[in-house]
Amino acid sequence: MARILGTIASSFEAASAFESIATATGTGSSGTITFSSIPSTYQHLQIRGITRTTTNTPEPGNTFWDVTFNSDTGANYARHRINGNGSSAGALGESSQNACRIYSVGSRGTENDRMGACILDIHDYASTSKYKTVRAIGGINVNAASTNGEISSSSGLWMNTSAVTSITLTIGSGNFASNTQIALYGIKGAA
Amino acid sequence: MPATYEPIATTTLGSAASSISFSSISSAYTDLRVVLVCQTASNANIAFRLNSDTGTNYSYTLLYGTGTSAASFRDTSITRGYIIAADNAATSPNWNLCTMDIFSYAGSTNKTILTNGSNDKNGSGTVEAAVNLWRNASAINSVTLLAWNGVNFNTDTTATLYGIKAA
Repeated sequence: MARILGTIASSFEAASAFESIATATGTGSSGTITFSSIPSTYQHLQIRGITRTTTNTPEPGNTFWDVTFNSDTGANYARHRINGNGSSAGALGESSQNACRIYSVGSRGTENDRMGACILDIHDYASTSKYKTVRAIGGINVNAASTNGEISSSSGLWMNTSAVTSITLTIGSGNFASNTQIALYGIKGAA
Repeated sequence: MPATYEPIATTTLGSAASSISFSSISSAYTDLRVVLVCQTASNANIAFRLNSDTGTNYSYTLLYGTGTSAASFRDTSITRGYIIAADNAATSPNWNLCTMDIFSYAGSTNKTILTNGSNDKNGSGTVEAAVNLWRNASAINSVTLLAWNGVNFNTDTTATLYGIKAA
């Protein structure tokens, strides 16, 4: 498991509400990426990344991230998605799951020059009174006149009021390929 | 923590124009984001080109909802990327809101771009999301937004380019 500590600091200070906390890259040998020791000093978090899996088999809709918080793998998550594969649209909702699931985030191993992309927002992550809500947009396109491309909008709920201090992304199939790059950002609220 | 999400440039049209370009983009960031608030004189697809590439090197997969149904569409090997189907005319107070996220734009793989658009007219309209691929491994140094179908962006159309840098 690749563990990425949010400890990268800079002497550069600017008046911006959007700050970079940490960046993880794929190793090719691990299917998980964890951002830990996340400070509670922001209002929201955003994860942005490009992803490729090491396997060649999954269809784009199955190149997902399972997202868990604070190492909780209990059935404390719910999730929805709407997706389009170029010829049809679909929707799915699931309750009492072991993770939030963010779809269409990555390309396959053979598509080593074409990356899936995703933006995941985690709202009010430091609240100790609210369940946590996430939403994401993910997509992969390989210039194929088939269903080998997909765009998805995903949402998720973690039914826990604890502040989020760690986020684990587990890829749906294979491992995170070496040209995977995923970054965690913090978004400040007004003082 | 290093602050980021920096505005690079903003363009507000003082007169109608068929395109808006950002050029000489620094490679100092990880991702780029364009926020476009636009009107067109008549129905038009809002498109984009990167590094002025007019070749058939773009493709996209689109998901959209019209208010009564959801659908999906794709196009391959075309000459421009896709942002939104816009049809808010100059006489309307309604504007299209579009975002365009360009990932790892200075990297050495082909470029993936997520676009999101809304076009709401109190009784009709669409919400759209698309994933685009530009099959070129070059660093992106210019982004051109295009009002397709031979129409123009209206006056007061605004586009802002941001840079986002990962730690």
